[in-house]
Amino acid sequence: MKNINIKDYSKYVDEKIPKTNYFKNSFRAFIVGGLICTLGQGITNYFNSIGLNNEEVSTVTAIILVFLGAFFTGLGLYDKLGKFAGGGSIVPITGFANSIVSPAMEYKKEGYVLGVSAKMFSIAGPVLVYGYGSAVIYGLLYFLFTK
Amino acid sequence: MAIKKMGNQTVKFSNPPSIISTASIVGPKEGEGPLKDYFDIVLEDDLYGESTWEKSESKLQKKSVNNALNKASLSLSEIDYIFGGDLLNQIIASGYSARDLQIPFFGLYGACSTMAESLSLGAMIVDGGYADKVVCVTSSHFSSAERQYRFPLELGNQRSLSAQWTVTGAGASILSSNGNGPYITHVTTGKIIDPGIKDVFNMGAAMAPAAVDTIITHFNDTGFAIDDYDYIVTGDLAAIGKDILLDMTKEEGLDLTEKYKDCGLEIFDNEKQDTHAGGSGCGCSATVFNGYLYNLLINRKINRILLVATGALHSPTSTQQGESIPGIAHAVSICTNIS
Repeated sequence: MKNINIKDYSKYVDEKIPKTNYFKNSFRAFIVGGLICTLGQGITNYFNSIGLNNEEVSTVTAIILVFLGAFFTGLGLYDKLGKFAGGGSIVPITGFANSIVSPAMEYKKEGYVLGVSAKMFSIAGPVLVYGYGSAVIYGLLYFLFTK
Repeated sequence: MAIKKMGNQTVKFSNPPSIISTASIVGPKEGEGPLKDYFDIVLEDDLYGESTWEKSESKLQKKSVNNALNKASLSLSEIDYIFGGDLLNQIIASGYSARDLQIPFFGLYGACSTMAESLSLGAMIVDGGYADKVVCVTSSHFSSAERQYRFPLELGNQRSLSAQWTVTGAGASILSSNGNGPYITHVTTGKIIDPGIKDVFNMGAAMAPAAVDTIITHFNDTGFAIDDYDYIVTGDLAAIGKDILLDMTKEEGLDLTEKYKDCGLEIFDNEKQDTHAGGSGCGCSATVFNGYLYNLLINRKINRILLVATGALHSPTSTQQGESIPGIAHAVSICTNIS
């Protein structure tokens, strides 16, 4: 067989890969992501109406959405929603719950220490590290330039 | 002197071993696919009554070996060696099944090429006079492969369109120095070809050049023509790999279009079963060969095939370290008649 030129081959292979339908994916993500956020807004409005202050309302809304994300992951439904909606169900806080609960369930067979708890953050870990990291940098810049 | 060697990478057997019995077991999804009637057992539950996916996969192997033995009315003690492999780290599905089978064991790792690798080595051992009967077995399991190579099952992400679906299943072949075929007549052992693909969701493209190289070498070494074969069957190149293979072989002057099949495209209906590019895994060529193709051979619907199982020899570690995916393909020439 002739030698393969890696660059040419990679270009040739790229043309063979079926193209993602970005419009369809974005539309689904918009609808599902929008519905999750609307649900969050509904929860917020409800707790506002019964007299909780803004900080308490944010906390309660986050708790409920994280619970729902975890609950539907446990029922084996969130992965199906994710397959349909893509970013629409990954980006909201319910997706964050899914990214923690799904490895926790998957690695339960390896025990509670080296399985569940060690693997729990295998997907969410990088988000936490770089999320907190960038928050610290942003906080420092804010401190330096506004004080 | 290597009197049985032919050309650069091929061996021609002087006493071609017979494949006297085979068995195949698949999971529920494979059991809904186009080949469902050819498998011996279709599982209703892919945990197979076990507590982990790994144990389930190991049981698939054990069961397929026992099934193949039963079909040939043989007992475990009549088997000289078992050649087994799978996709799991340290090939535990094979190790644990061989622990229970108590047959002298050679553990193999050739990723998804393992079925052809085990048939190659098994046939060499039998032809060489080192054994009368050997079992070749391989397996893969969608769920044990996902957790090792990819993501947790319940993670809500989308699979890439070029991704393949690991087959849940195991297949076993019993090779014997005595028998009425189908016979393994030639084996062409592949070299590793690495075309520089790094995308683990595009393994067809990573393995296709290796399959092309092995097929061309096989024809050069043996002097066979394409028309000598009814089918030339690759293991799991799937939709993208198939296109690439047909393009590349054409460039080399071989038009395989009429004769070519791929186990990864035979086992699933990609449109209906949402398997994207097609099936993959050691179990893919193992179940399609031991179920479907063997059936066609013994019923004389076809007479000669070239089984070219393809493997991607990467690991999650090599991928994370930015290495490309080395591809390999081994060819086994199987014929119903050697007179």
